[in-house]
Amino acid sequence: MKPNSIVSFFLLIALLSLPLAAGAKELAKDNYKTYCIQCHGLQGTGMGLNIRDMSVQPRDHTDVKAMGTRNDAELFKVIKEGGFAISKSVLMPPWGDILTDDEINDLVIYLRDLCKCKYGG
Amino acid sequence: MNYRIFYIALCTFAIGCASLSAHAVAGDGVGILSERCASCHDMKGPAPTTLAALWQRKGPDLFYAGNKYRQAWVEAWLQNPKRIRPAGMFYISHIKPGEKRDMVDASTLSEHMKLNAADAKAVADALAEMKENSALLKAEKHDPSMAPGPLGEMMFDKFFGCMACHQIEPGFGGLSGPEVYTAGARLKPEFMLSYIRNPQAWDPKTWMPNKHVPDVSIQKMVNYMIELSKEDWDEAE
Repeated sequence: MKPNSIVSFFLLIALLSLPLAAGAKELAKDNYKTYCIQCHGLQGTGMGLNIRDMSVQPRDHTDVKAMGTRNDAELFKVIKEGGFAISKSVLMPPWGDILTDDEINDLVIYLRDLCKCKYGG
Repeated sequence: MNYRIFYIALCTFAIGCASLSAHAVAGDGVGILSERCASCHDMKGPAPTTLAALWQRKGPDLFYAGNKYRQAWVEAWLQNPKRIRPAGMFYISHIKPGEKRDMVDASTLSEHMKLNAADAKAVADALAEMKENSALLKAEKHDPSMAPGPLGEMMFDKFFGCMACHQIEPGFGGLSGPEVYTAGARLKPEFMLSYIRNPQAWDPKTWMPNKHVPDVSIQKMVNYMIELSKEDWDEAE
């Protein structure tokens, strides 16, 4: 085997093992199920398990009007950095230590699918 | 004939001994953990790194139990177990849509087994030896002098929003996380400091977010939980 072939071989092995080392990307629906439903509810309507004593109720993700007032960058920011980052409730926590940027982008797309809306209506 | 009877008795005794050695005997904490607990609790680690694995978890991981729990609490709790997580280990498996909000589906929850005093002590002793993640604990120093005062509850409710998922008294707070009003009696202070500081260091896929709480506030919150746990919640309930 030539030196170049050996280098290529080890590079390939390293590339193949990268996703495992970094943690495989999860599907948006699975991340939503694990992290969002506890407050935003099984139907995504903001009627989650935890809401009874909350001073601010979670966003209804099926609310076309409300979801239409947020652009994708704001949705990304609030998921990653929490409600406080966009002057909203601290009850919405930051998920940036668990979700990758790629997974958060997928969640934004998932939210647009839930509300069947886009920014501005 | 006598030899035949002696031979049968010897065989019976040998089979009995083999059977005994294959099952945990009273007071054998490691054996009890292996035989009766391992089907729901992970004794070896590491913690789940995928959601699929996370969803399969039936009870708290125990491979760092010696760094997490107060031993006396474990011994007492095993003799009189009470639910700590109102919606079970993974809430999504135990909820259903309700009229005003999603509700816990109690029919899906099961009771934790109860041990006698000798077995509870043996298991508590064995769990105390299970100390993965010790480096995380050693990085913490609990300061009991940092009294939370009236800010304790404010921090939980308003500043950091912990009550969204945790109950700070029976019947008040969220249900997807474990109750915190007993946490101070249940958990070692250094574990609470470390877990609040970085939940993912202990459990990479947990649905408890890292809220980047400043150290001073973490110390005060831990002391607040220790104070909370001194109330007689059994009486209150």
